[in-house]
Amino acid sequence: MAYKTLIGLEIHVELSTKTKMFCSCANEFGKDANTQCCPVCLGLPGALPVVNKSALEYAIRAGLAFNCNIATHSMMDRKNYFYPDLVKGFQITQADVPLCSGGYIEVDSKNGPKKVGLIRIHIEEDTGKSIHTEKGDSLLDYNRSGVPLIEIVTKPDMNSKEEAQDFLEKLKSTLQYIEVSDCKMEEGSLRCDVNLNVIDEERGLKSNITEIKNLNSFSAVGKAIEYEVKRHIALLEEGKNTTRETRRWNEVENKTVVMRTKEVAADYRYNTEPDIAPIVIEESWIEEIRNNLPELPHHKKMRFIKEYGIPEYDAGVLTQSKDLSLFFEETVKFAKDPKQVSNWIMGEVLYRLNEEGIEIKDLKFSSKDLADLLKLINEGKISNNIGKKVLKDMFETGKKPDDIVKEKGLIQISDEGELKDIVNKVLDENQKSVTDYKNGKDKALGFIVGQVMKATKGKANPQLVNKLVLEALKER
Amino acid sequence: MVTKEVVKHMAGLSKLEFSDEELDHFTEEFSKIIEYVAQLTEIDTEGVEPTYNISQKTQPLREDIVRESLSREEVLKNAPEEQYGYFKLPNIME
Amino acid sequence: MDIISLTALELREKVKNKEISAREVVSAHLDRIKEKESKINAFITVTEEEALRAADRVDEKIRSGEELGLLAGIPVAIKDNISTKGVRTTCASKMLENYIPPFEATVIEKIKKEDGIIIGKTNMDEFALGSSTETSYFGATRNPNDTERVPGGSSGGSAAAVAAKEAPLALGTDTGGSIRQPAAFCGVVGIKPTYGLVSRYGVVPMANSLDQVGPFGRNVKDAALLLQAVAGHDERDSTSMELDIPDYINSLTDNIKGMKAAIPKEYLELEIDSNIKDSFLNTVNILKDLGVEIEEISLPNIKHGLPDYYIISTSELSTNMSRYDGLRYGYRAKNYNDIDDLFIKSRTEAFGKEVKRRIMLGTYSLSKGQADEYYKKALKVRTLIKNDFDKAFQKYDIILGPTTPNLPFKVGEITDPVTMYKSDLFTVAVNLAGICALSMPCGAANGLPIGLQIIGDRFKEINILKAAYALEKSLGGVM
Repeated sequence: MAYKTLIGLEIHVELSTKTKMFCSCANEFGKDANTQCCPVCLGLPGALPVVNKSALEYAIRAGLAFNCNIATHSMMDRKNYFYPDLVKGFQITQADVPLCSGGYIEVDSKNGPKKVGLIRIHIEEDTGKSIHTEKGDSLLDYNRSGVPLIEIVTKPDMNSKEEAQDFLEKLKSTLQYIEVSDCKMEEGSLRCDVNLNVIDEERGLKSNITEIKNLNSFSAVGKAIEYEVKRHIALLEEGKNTTRETRRWNEVENKTVVMRTKEVAADYRYNTEPDIAPIVIEESWIEEIRNNLPELPHHKKMRFIKEYGIPEYDAGVLTQSKDLSLFFEETVKFAKDPKQVSNWIMGEVLYRLNEEGIEIKDLKFSSKDLADLLKLINEGKISNNIGKKVLKDMFETGKKPDDIVKEKGLIQISDEGELKDIVNKVLDENQKSVTDYKNGKDKALGFIVGQVMKATKGKANPQLVNKLVLEALKER
Repeated sequence: MVTKEVVKHMAGLSKLEFSDEELDHFTEEFSKIIEYVAQLTEIDTEGVEPTYNISQKTQPLREDIVRESLSREEVLKNAPEEQYGYFKLPNIME
Repeated sequence: MDIISLTALELREKVKNKEISAREVVSAHLDRIKEKESKINAFITVTEEEALRAADRVDEKIRSGEELGLLAGIPVAIKDNISTKGVRTTCASKMLENYIPPFEATVIEKIKKEDGIIIGKTNMDEFALGSSTETSYFGATRNPNDTERVPGGSSGGSAAAVAAKEAPLALGTDTGGSIRQPAAFCGVVGIKPTYGLVSRYGVVPMANSLDQVGPFGRNVKDAALLLQAVAGHDERDSTSMELDIPDYINSLTDNIKGMKAAIPKEYLELEIDSNIKDSFLNTVNILKDLGVEIEEISLPNIKHGLPDYYIISTSELSTNMSRYDGLRYGYRAKNYNDIDDLFIKSRTEAFGKEVKRRIMLGTYSLSKGQADEYYKKALKVRTLIKNDFDKAFQKYDIILGPTTPNLPFKVGEITDPVTMYKSDLFTVAVNLAGICALSMPCGAANGLPIGLQIIGDRFKEINILKAAYALEKSLGGVM
C-alpha cells in the first residue's frame, strides 16, 4: 500500500496596515464592536472604494519575498455571494489577473529541502465577524469588514503534514520578517484551509479532493491532515471514494465533519469591479520595494551558520523570529562565544519568554545585560546554575546582573581553603556516605557534592567542589 | 427561449422568489428581453478589447492614514435589530 | 414680484443685492410646492425646516458682508438616490423607505458650500430603473405640461419640479438618459456630464460605469451654474477625473459661427414620432442659420446601443443590489425561517417588479455559461461604440439628434418592458461612450415639449453649452 498524499494550502493573511483596504478606518484588532466602520466598509449605498497604497506595497513585498512575478497591470473583481458578514453581497477580490503569480517557499522534507510552488497571491478585503448567543441568535460586528488580506494559494506540492506545517512556519516567519502581518492565528490574522487527496499510482487509485476549514493552529493543521488522509485511504481501500466537499475540523472531537458539498460549484458571477480602475504598478516602485526588503530568514540562517559558526539547528531556532535574531546578534557583539549565547537564548531565554507569555520586545533587560551575565559566568564569578537564577531576576526586575549578584551576595565561592573546610565538615557529618562511596556506590559522590552545595547555598564553584571532594575522599 | 428552470435558478442566485404564476409570467417576459438583447452576440468583435473603465485612468492610491470612523450610534442607526452594539439576526444555519 | 418665475441667476443677483431675502425665496418655493404637489407629486420629502434654516444662514452671511457662493439663496431639489445626511434617502423604494444616511454625497457638500439651499428629495423610478417615474413606490410623478402624462424618468421628479417652478434648479442622475429624457418630456434643460466630471460618492449606483450626476434648469445658463457648482475631482471617488473645471457661465456666447456639427444617419433611420422629426429638422435649419456647419455621418455601432446598455447596466446593477438583505438597514421581512429566507423575503417583499426584472437580467448575463456570451461580449461592443464617437469628434465639435423617439406618453400607457426600454434609444450610446450631452427644448407638439440632444466630446461641456445657449437665444429665450 503505497499512497502518496497531495496537499495544497489556501492561506489568508491580514495585512498590518494602519487602515483598511478600501477606506481610512483604523485596522486594529480587539476594539469594541462596530466602532471602526464607515460608509465604505459598511457597504452603505453610494459609498465607493479607494485602494490603500500600503496594502499594495505589503502585498508586493510578500510577492517578492516568495519569488513571485509581480503584475504591473492587475484588476479587481467582484465575487458575488450572499452571507451576513459580507456587507455588499460581493467581495472585492482579484479573479483573473492577480497581483502576484508563481513563486515558491522552500520547506524541509524527508529528502532534504524542497520547493513548494505558489500559484498566486492576490489582494482582497476581509469580511465582518459573527458571534452566536446562547439563544442561537447571531450578532454581527463589522470592524473586520474591509481589512486588507492577501490570499496565498499553493500548488499541491506538499506530501506530508510535516511539510505542510513547515511551510506554514516558514511563511509566518517570512511575513513577520518583512513586517506585513503579525500572523497571529489566534487573532485570525492568519487563516489556513487545506485541500488534499491521496493517490496510489500503482493501483490507479485516486481520491476526490476535500477541503478542510476551521483550523485554528498549526497543530490543528497537522492533526486534521493526519485524520483526513486516514479517512481517504480507508474509503479507497473499501472500494469507495471521498466526495468533493468542504469539511470542518472539529477541535474537540478531533475529526472532520461535512460542511457543504462542492458538487454544485458556486456561481460567483465574477465581474470587473467598475469603481476601481486598473491597478498599474511602476517597475521602479517594485525595484524600490525589492531593495528595501530586509534580510529574509533563510538568508539570515545561512549567514549565522557561516559567520558565527553555530550549528544549523541553532541558526534555525534563532532566526525564526526577526526580533530574536536581532537580540542574538546584538548579544554576540558584546559577548565572546556565539555558541554560548546561542545556548543561553535557545535555552533559558526562550523558556522564560514562553513561561511568562511575553515577547523579546517586552524584555526588561538588554542584550548587553545578557552578555554581562555570561561574562560573570565565564570569569568564574558565578556558576551556570546561579546564572539561571540571576537571569530570572533580570526578567522580573530588569536590574543589571552585576547589581543582582552583589545585592544577593551570589558571588561564587572559589576559595579553595574556605571550600576545603566545608568539604571536610560535610564528610565528617556524613560518614555513611563516605563508607558507601568507598564501597563502590558512585551515587554517594553526588550526594556529598550536593550537600556541599547546599551548605554554601549553591554559591560554591561546582567544578572546584567536585575536585576537592574527590581529593578529600581519597585521603579518608 | 429561456426556460422556467433557468429563471428559477436565477431567482435563487438573486435571492428572490416568485409564485408559480409570477414565474410563468416572468419567464415569458424574460424570454422576450433575452431575445432582444441576444442580437448583441452576433456582432463581430474579433480583436476588440473590452472596455472595463471608460475614464481609462489608472487607479489612484490612498495614503495609509487613519481617519475618523462613524460612531457606533451612526453605524447602528438604521439597523432593524441590534443588541450589545452588534447587528442582531436570527440563527445562521451553515 | 413673481419670485418663482425668476431664473436661478436672477434670484442669486437679487438676493445678493438684498432686493429679496433668501428666506423669501425659499418660502415662495415652498408655497408653490404646497400648491402644486397634489397634482404633480414631484417630491418624496420636502425639507421645509432645514431649507428655511439654511436660508436664514445665507441671509446672515449677507448681513455680515461675507463672501457668497455660486448658488447663494437658490433652492435646489435633489433626486432621492443622492445621499443627504440626516434626511431620508429612499431611491423611491420600499426597501429604503426609512433609510437615513449617516453621511452626505459629495455633490450635496458642494452645493451647501456654495450656499445653495436643499429644498427636498425628488421622486424617481425605483432605484433609477425606468423611463417614466411610474415605478416609484411613492406613486407616479405627473408631467406639469399635461398631468395625464409622464414626466419621463428616471429623474422625473427633478425635471417636473423645475418645470413646475417648485425649484429653479435640481439634480438628477443619468445612466442611459435619465436626465435628458425627462428634460425633453418636461421642456427643461438637463445635462449629463462626461463620466468622471462629477463625483459619484454618496450617489446610490445604478450602473457604476455609466452613472453621472447632472443638473436641471429652466434655461442653459441656470443648468450650467449648477454644473459649475458640483463638478470637480473627489478623492473619495476613484473614477472622478483630476482636471481644471472651465468657467462655463462666462464662456457662453450667442456666436457659434463655424462650429461643426454631425448628425448620425442611424438616428434618422429609427422610428420617431413625426412631430419630433419635424421639430428636429427645423432646429437643424436654425443652427445652420447661426453659422453651424452640419453634415451627416455614420456611427455604425450606435444601433447596438440599447442591447449593449441593457446587458452592461443590468450586470452592474444586479451586483449593486446584493447589499439589500435586510440586515444592516432597509426593509426587513417580519416572517422568515432562516437567514436565507430572511434575505429572500426581505428582497422579494421590498423590491418592485422592474427592479426584480433587471436584477434577474443582470444575474443571467453574468452567470456561468452566459458571461462570455453576454457580459464580456457587451464590453467589447461598448468599445466599438466608443470608438465611433471618438472618431467623429476628431472632426466635429458636437453631434445632434432628437432626445427621445416619442412624445410624453400617458401614465399607464406603456406596459411592455421592451417598448419602455426603447425610450432610451437616442440617449444610451452617450453613457456607453462616457461622453457628455444635454437636452434642451426645441419645440412642442400639442403643448407637449420636444427635446433636442446635443452631444459633446469628453470634457468638452463648453461646446454643447455654447451651442445650446446660442440656440436658446435664437429660439426666443427662457421657458
